[in-house]
Amino acid sequence: MFCRTMTALAVLSLLGSTHLAHAADKPTDPQIAHIAYTAGIIDVEAAKLAIAKSKNKDVVAFARDMVRDHDAVNTQALALVKKLKVTPEDNDTSRSLVKAATVERAKLDKFDGAAFDKAYVTNEVAYHKQVNGALETLLIPSAKNAELKSLLETGLKIFQGHEQHAEHVAAGLK
Amino acid sequence: MVLQLKAWISVVLIMGLGSIAARAETIRVTIEKMVFTPAVITAKVGDRIEWINKDIVDHTATVKGRWDVVISSGKAVTLQLERAESVDFYCRFHPNMKGRVTVTP
Ligand SMILES: [Cu+2]
Repeated sequence: MFCRTMTALAVLSLLGSTHLAHAADKPTDPQIAHIAYTAGIIDVEAAKLAIAKSKNKDVVAFARDMVRDHDAVNTQALALVKKLKVTPEDNDTSRSLVKAATVERAKLDKFDGAAFDKAYVTNEVAYHKQVNGALETLLIPSAKNAELKSLLETGLKIFQGHEQHAEHVAAGLK
Repeated sequence: MVLQLKAWISVVLIMGLGSIAARAETIRVTIEKMVFTPAVITAKVGDRIEWINKDIVDHTATVKGRWDVVISSGKAVTLQLERAESVDFYCRFHPNMKGRVTVTP
């Protein structure tokens, strides 16, 4: 069962990155803002599920960190788009992120206890990897506005921290 | 009254001794864009580190099993160094943030 989940995850993240690469015909700043914001919301939603379901204190603490950090970054992103008078624009990459997250959530919902913890944390590692890859190779290089670029760069460092944190939590579950 | 006076005298004494022994310093460490600056700190026992978090997210300065300072976004927290030691610290929330502090007697 776990193996199948892992394969599905791998395929999913592969699809995700292919899709992100396809949209590489340079997303515009309004699209980039939308993608970054959506990616944050997805992680907050997954974290809220973990806070509700998990009984592992490291997993719950990690999930709380995700809610706090991603909310903080998204609040900053909203303030910035308002200041720049940019309206975030929905796009194929955002839609594919949401679609993949819906599938992942349905899957996570079926797990309980240690199996849930493992599935959630494993996905957090994979998800942050995917989003960080997209930030590094696509979103940051494409961003035109300097302030947006700078926020994305800080975001990348924060999310790289999350990726390592998730890896630590995953190692602790074994 | 007598007790209060005694307490006051001892405070004065401690302060007096402190200033004779060594003037404790406060070392400022700024956290900005996920980086501790300076990341390599040298200090003496009794010195303080003032952690200033200029980021939009909370951070910690943690030495496993020794100390754990949580520095909220936009806040500053002071830590007194009580032991001579050389230790690596990191942020519990973002383990990619690291530093080292060496405390000499
Ligand atoms: Cu941190």
